[in-house]
Amino acid sequence: MSILVSLFAVIALVVLSIAGASVLGWQYILGVVLPYAAMATFVIGVVYRVIRWARSPVPFRIPTTCGQQKSLSWIKSSRLDNPHTLAGVIGRMVLEVLFFRSLFRNTRAELRSGPRLVYGPDKWLWAGGLAFHWSFLIIFIRHFKYFVEPVPSWILGLQGLDGFFQVGLPVLLLTDLIILTALSFLLLRRVFDPKLRYMSLPADYFALFLLLAIALSGVYVRYFGKIDISNVKELATGLLSLHPVLPDGVGTAFYVHLFLVSALLAYFPFSKLMHMGGVFLSPTRNLANTNRRRRHVNPWDYPVAVHTYDEYEDEFRDRMKDAGMPVERE
Amino acid sequence: MSEHKPKPEELAQVEFAPSPRGWMDPTVEFRKGTWCYSAVPETLEYLGLPNPRRWQPTDHDWKLPDNWREIIVHGLRERLRKYRSLQVFMDTCVRCGACADKCHFFIGSGDPKNMPVVRAELLRSVYRNDFTTAGRILGKLAGGRELTIDVLKEWFYYFYQCTECRRCSVFCPYGIDTAEITMMARELMSLVGLNIEWICTPMSNCYRTGNHLGVQPHGFKDSIEFAVDELEEITGVRVNAPINRKGAEILFITPSADYFASPHYYTLLGYLALFHEIGLDYTWSSYASEGGNFGLFHSAEMVKRLNAKMYAEARRLGVKWILGGECGHMWRVIHQYMGTMNGPADFLEVPRSPITGTEFVHAASTKMVHISEFTADLIKHGRLKLDPSRNDHWRTTFHDSCNPARAMGLLEEPRYIIKSVCNHFFEMPENTIREQTFCCGSGAGLGTDENMEMRLRGGLPRANAVQFVHDRHDVNLLLCMCAIDKATLTPLLEYWVPGVDVGGVHEMVGNALVMKGEKERTTDLRGQPYPAKEDSRNV
Ligand code: SF4
Ligand code: SF4
Repeated sequence: MSILVSLFAVIALVVLSIAGASVLGWQYILGVVLPYAAMATFVIGVVYRVIRWARSPVPFRIPTTCGQQKSLSWIKSSRLDNPHTLAGVIGRMVLEVLFFRSLFRNTRAELRSGPRLVYGPDKWLWAGGLAFHWSFLIIFIRHFKYFVEPVPSWILGLQGLDGFFQVGLPVLLLTDLIILTALSFLLLRRVFDPKLRYMSLPADYFALFLLLAIALSGVYVRYFGKIDISNVKELATGLLSLHPVLPDGVGTAFYVHLFLVSALLAYFPFSKLMHMGGVFLSPTRNLANTNRRRRHVNPWDYPVAVHTYDEYEDEFRDRMKDAGMPVERE
Repeated sequence: MSEHKPKPEELAQVEFAPSPRGWMDPTVEFRKGTWCYSAVPETLEYLGLPNPRRWQPTDHDWKLPDNWREIIVHGLRERLRKYRSLQVFMDTCVRCGACADKCHFFIGSGDPKNMPVVRAELLRSVYRNDFTTAGRILGKLAGGRELTIDVLKEWFYYFYQCTECRRCSVFCPYGIDTAEITMMARELMSLVGLNIEWICTPMSNCYRTGNHLGVQPHGFKDSIEFAVDELEEITGVRVNAPINRKGAEILFITPSADYFASPHYYTLLGYLALFHEIGLDYTWSSYASEGGNFGLFHSAEMVKRLNAKMYAEARRLGVKWILGGECGHMWRVIHQYMGTMNGPADFLEVPRSPITGTEFVHAASTKMVHISEFTADLIKHGRLKLDPSRNDHWRTTFHDSCNPARAMGLLEEPRYIIKSVCNHFFEMPENTIREQTFCCGSGAGLGTDENMEMRLRGGLPRANAVQFVHDRHDVNLLLCMCAIDKATLTPLLEYWVPGVDVGGVHEMVGNALVMKGEKERTTDLRGQPYPAKEDSRNV
């Protein structure tokens, strides 16, 4: 169910943009209006969400410690998994954000007869996730070449590296291959692992289908669309300089690609894709475990009712005296 | 124990059986053995908590206030504004599934709603429905669920099937801590009067008498004195155990089970022997006669209310710093909440061992030191005379309690002590210890008998790891540093791994500690006779 709803939603987006670009003459809408609107939604939405997160304070310091604490001088502490310095926290976060360190720990638990519980390493999710995110990032950076003139040499270098194997014409870029494989893997595990299928929402499939559609349309444009790059570049730089122009001959496929990217941008702030920002703000990861060394202040702390010693003694004084225990008041 | 308890072979037949209707369907069946009794009205009244009344989860009518839904939604809104953790955790989960098989309750029950991610979704779906644009417009399609009475019942069932152990949080790429979500959900439920007995009675006892068991001051004194007598019988040394003594250097606080339950009691004997041997200038307190804090399983406000007595008593008695005994959730509170909630403790001094001179700078602000940190330092400085062969009848392994492991990182200290006082120590498999340790299955207030089936299921992963070292190394004693563990691992192992006992780290210290003027020990602290002396010399 979830999966079909999401699939149809993405197909509808594709059909809409094909119709818009080829029949309905929506070039201006697809090429100028929607990209601007999507960009604005993205920026405002992301800023709003991040502000909303940041507005909620962190009342308690609650790092999840994944290694030895810093205590006695002769016990080696785990600087990254249980950081007690800012450098340690930064290290933990960098490893988390760039290399998905927590996912790398992943294991698979299996209850066999006996009963015997066995654990195996399970790096597939880590590998698939990392492959997708890194290739997405490289592809994203590669796209800068459409927006700037002259193209900085490091971008060309990156692209050169990406097309290292020099197969096909245009040269096949590795990241295109990787992103499609990784996305397919992420999708398939959602469909075939019963646990994943159980927990998945339409939104989970939708994000994957949309990303797949974007990647596929991009691949189509690059390898089969035979469009004039200079026209695309004209459109892109025009958008960027706030003097949009609509060049001829960019083709329907390109509009589909652009429209899907716009959809992704507009969808982003309302979706789980915001995990990109959330990862930086997670209090179990981005705080040092210096709880007993430094006092953490709760901004909304308020006084609570307590049972004082005096009240306690008042209730039990006689019995305390009988038992020969010292009391404050006779 | 109840006659409804299935055999281990039956219980181990765990099948993953997701309902074809998906998790959005909130129907739950309150099956005997898998839930806890509701709190009686008296305890709620004593604590001033809302909606005291008699009811049980199996009742059709839970006697909620008419506006229960508004209360909860309002409470959720308030907590989203107060806790970044909640707000971020509600928004960032991608349902990648990495946490799914990390929960002992999921492993042991196969119930898909015990996957941490789905447990969180039970609350998240209501959040989406009421607090997000997509949820408001698309409803179910966007994963939103309206808060109905069935959803509330489902919350009660599953948020009291989470021991707040944080194992899931270790594996989540965003550090999403389902324990934190469970804590919020329990707070919300408490707003409309949904509480469990096993949490609320200890809380109200603790509020009144200073400890969970409701032991009054004279009873407290009796228990400690009884232990002093017993220790004298075993060691021939009469120790001094001052109570409520003003002007002592150190206040010692430990869970009440240590002086009232077994096998905790042997650990208490260990403390007493140790403090005497090093000549510690310390005192017990009858007002602060509980280190544990069941408030942690209820709400942040109760944590603060119950924990206030520690600093208050330290101030009244004029001590310099506080030493804390073996407990798990107590240390989560002391380490992660106490300074913030009840501090600043600037009337105390930075803890310093009077024996070795070591400054515990890592506790410079909270001014409270864990006994294993204190003892490890003593041993490292060679201040204790130890005879580990007195523990030779034990082949030991160590269970990291969830809170010291994943909220402190107290991993090496106990191991260092155990290796110094025991000749036979074996680690369980690495996926089950340290930060990956498995819960006893009964933490966070779930250690009650009517919940036995769920406890045995949840404890299966832990027990299974014990089984491994039992089979391979003949391990016969599981050591731990937590009062709840000592209480609940005992029936757990009896069920899954007969032949393995449960003990405390300072019980081992007490056995090994060679005391000045002691008589020849013929029994260990449990009163179990040692084999005749010649035998042990010859080995
Ligand atoms: S590991 Fe984290 S992101 Fe993945 S499903 Fe669990 S809670 Fe969600
Ligand atoms: S905190 Fe522990 S009990 Fe709760 S969901 Fe996570 S792993 Fe399960």
